[in-house]
Amino acid sequence: MADWYTNFANSGFGTTLTKQLGLPRPAVLRRYEPGEPLLPGPVVIGSAGQGRLRDTVAAVLKDAGATVVSPVAADGSTDGEKFGAVVLDATGLTSPGDLVSAHDFLAPAIKRLRASGRVLILADPPQTADSPAQAAARQAIDGLVRSIGKELLNGSTANAVFVPEGAEASVASPLKFFLSGRSAYVDGQLLTLEPAEVPNGEDAAKPLAGKVAVVTGAARGIGAAIAEVLARDGAHVVAVDIPVAGDSLAKVANEIGGTALQLDITADDAPQRLIEHLRERHGGVDVIVHNAGITRDKLLVNMDAARWNSVMAVNLQAQLDITQALLDDGDILKPGARIVCVSSQSGIAGNRGQTNYAASKAGVIGMVRAWAPEFAERDATINAVAPGFIITEMTAKMPVGTREVGSRINSLQQGGLPVDVAETIAWLSQPGSAGVNGQTVRVCGQSMLGA
Amino acid sequence: MASNEKPATRKAAIVGGNRIPFARSNSTYAQASNQDMLTATIDGLVARFGLAGKKVDEVVAGAVLKHARDFNLTRESVLGSKLDASTPAYDVQQACGTGLEAAILVANKIALGQIESGIAGGVDTTSDAPLAVGDDLRRILISLNSAKTVQDRLKAIARIRPGMIAPEIPRNSEPRTGLAMGEHAQLTAHEWEIGREEQDELTVRSHQNMAAAYERGFFDDLVTPFLGLARDQNLRPDSSLEKLAKLKPVFDKALPEGAEGTMTAGNSTPLTDGASAVLLASDEWAAEQGLPVLAHLVDAQTAAVDYVHGGEGLLMAPVYAVPKMLARNGLSLQDFDFYEIHEAFASTVLATMKAWEDPAYCKEKLGLDAPLGSIDRSKLNVYGSSLAAGHPFAATGGRIVASLAKTLHAAGPGKRGLISICAAGGQGVVAILES
Ligand SMILES: NC(=O)c1ccc[n+]([C@@H]2O[C@H](COP(=O)([O-])OP(=O)(O)OC[C@H]3O[C@@H](n4cnc5c(N)ncnc54)[C@H](O)[C@@H]3O)[C@@H](O)[C@H]2O)c1
Repeated sequence: MADWYTNFANSGFGTTLTKQLGLPRPAVLRRYEPGEPLLPGPVVIGSAGQGRLRDTVAAVLKDAGATVVSPVAADGSTDGEKFGAVVLDATGLTSPGDLVSAHDFLAPAIKRLRASGRVLILADPPQTADSPAQAAARQAIDGLVRSIGKELLNGSTANAVFVPEGAEASVASPLKFFLSGRSAYVDGQLLTLEPAEVPNGEDAAKPLAGKVAVVTGAARGIGAAIAEVLARDGAHVVAVDIPVAGDSLAKVANEIGGTALQLDITADDAPQRLIEHLRERHGGVDVIVHNAGITRDKLLVNMDAARWNSVMAVNLQAQLDITQALLDDGDILKPGARIVCVSSQSGIAGNRGQTNYAASKAGVIGMVRAWAPEFAERDATINAVAPGFIITEMTAKMPVGTREVGSRINSLQQGGLPVDVAETIAWLSQPGSAGVNGQTVRVCGQSMLGA
Repeated sequence: MASNEKPATRKAAIVGGNRIPFARSNSTYAQASNQDMLTATIDGLVARFGLAGKKVDEVVAGAVLKHARDFNLTRESVLGSKLDASTPAYDVQQACGTGLEAAILVANKIALGQIESGIAGGVDTTSDAPLAVGDDLRRILISLNSAKTVQDRLKAIARIRPGMIAPEIPRNSEPRTGLAMGEHAQLTAHEWEIGREEQDELTVRSHQNMAAAYERGFFDDLVTPFLGLARDQNLRPDSSLEKLAKLKPVFDKALPEGAEGTMTAGNSTPLTDGASAVLLASDEWAAEQGLPVLAHLVDAQTAAVDYVHGGEGLLMAPVYAVPKMLARNGLSLQDFDFYEIHEAFASTVLATMKAWEDPAYCKEKLGLDAPLGSIDRSKLNVYGSSLAAGHPFAATGGRIVASLAKTLHAAGPGKRGLISICAAGGQGVVAILES
């Protein structure tokens, strides 16, 4: 779906007009296209502190076809080749004093960052620090990366990944994700990895080849985009939606060579019917995306039980019940299974008129965090994705004012597209993302809400 | 050689089905053509079984009411669908038996090993029905078309009279008797003394059974919505004896003096638009594709009666077809777990069962030593039938085959179901499915 303002602001006349009026000029974001290189320019890697990840990062990026270059001098000019990405290895910080080297590396490098460029900082998690000074230095990365995200222009993003000792093998997948066009609308995020058994030998073009993936709420909107992206990455998609949406569900399924399963996920026997279908047709399942969701907005004081209950049933209880049934079944979840649950910015920031919705979406975040250890034991993962303002049929119906404001109050000054949410989910679904577990990744362009 | 023994063949599997909800005539589907509906139905089936871009060995379908432009209806629908374009297709037509006959044809080719997979379907619209011009006008138009000079053309046009302009709208009536099918059925109901109340009771049960089946999600993997319709439009979950009792008889024209009509718009199927399709295959093909086998089509039989001169009711042919098929399979009428008797009219179902119970009729007409006996009503049309769903002629067979196969599968292995469908022209098509 086209964002008319972004298109306009980037047209010849629109550029002139928006400049003169001082209006925001949202960039056209670099989005992943199969076959394109990971980055449009070289990656510069620098370090602050001891830096134990530099070589790993360089090796992963070279393997992915990127050109790796050395840091530029502090007074370096802005001439020369522009960088596609800037990666700072900030592992091994001992005290806040070490941080100045982060500044020294980042300032000149970011000056030479291309449009839709990437800044990624790798650090140790503050929770495991040996001393308050070390914890302070590590936690400082949080404020640093969020501020860089707000300063960057032209569709560039800044994110951070906390890498505990022993989780080095988990770095490759998030590293490639954050630098690629797949993370176009993911900005200002801090991800914490875990040590995990990371399978290798994944086909970069078809990371989900041979996998069976279920997507609920796939008949339209974000769910349809998730189904498309998972299929593009090689998965066979079982597209699930309520029977009355079966018409468009069939179209989505046929478009991607998947299957349509008409099922109300809140039905008492829904988990059993889903499991039976998966067993009969595929013998099991690799990826479950709990995307189906509804809103029934009303101020809390005016909200009836029906509104409250229906939102809870679809957005939270069904995710719990289906996931629990899959776990209980024993062998329906294939080894290395991935569960991705769709939460929402409302679940983080709250939203007027959405007590029921925000409660359900916050519940999802708690659910994945609590379930992560059990999934880790099975070499599986469960994560959440919290979209911000995503342009869909749903938001198209909002009043123009609300919609325009809603879509601009983020660092990228634009609404995201369903494909942005889908790319993040597809990344979390990859076998290589084994070290990301119990996390909630926001796809919000670094929204100011709940940040 | 007597045809009492079947050659050794494999049995065709029923993998599943799809249909669009059935709509009342001139309503939601008024603008949809046969091809639109059949294409959407095939696409729904393709989505359900993950067949996009795949080739199926044969697609067989038909419509009872067809436009001249529908000459290659099934193949055209396949070309418009998501199936691989190298999927062959052909049309069949056997009045209301079309859908079941199509399934039998596909099953037989699978049984003989000529194909591994096939789709059987049917579609009908009474809203977008073909209009024919009268024979006089048609002849003039043809000569107009072949006229070479302006003068010849004018001469041809001059022969047109205002009375010729009115088109002939196809009617649901028998060409050889001029009677509507309902009028024929009313004669049979009268002959068999089928009362008004038992017809209305059967009707209420059909609506209630179908409404309950929708509520428990039975149709979730059998129906795909179309043009905004998600359930059969004719379905009346609140149907009741009181409401039905208020309706006036509508088919009493041909009854003898003094006899009262018992058939109403309530206990007869209305004109309906819709389509259905069933996926059949060899067990091996289904296994290769990771698809289920719900049931097998065990056997089938057609029959026809002389309703013009022979004194038999127009819709009584299935009564003849069933005992023949039972004998060939060594089964009694009671050896079934489910019965699907197409509810063209409530009275048809009741007359059919009454005939099987009647010793004299079974002896004289069917040549049986003993009557076939009665069937357990709790096993009859358990998720409703045509009175509730409606009856787009060629689509009914596919509706029944898919629903029955699913029901047999759910009941467990070795369960048996009987299908009986009456058709215009005094014909009947019947079949046995087994899980
Ligand atoms: N659009 C946004 O800006 C936005 C922002 C944050 C989060 N989200 C979340 O993303 C998800 C998708 O949102 P969307 O904008 O695509 O919404 P949408 O309404 O376009 O699609 C949701 C789909 O879920 C299906 N669904 C609803 N109840 C169901 C049930 N009981 N069983 C099966 N399917 C059911 C619907 O039929 C529909 O096809 C939702 O969980 C939503 O809360 C959206």
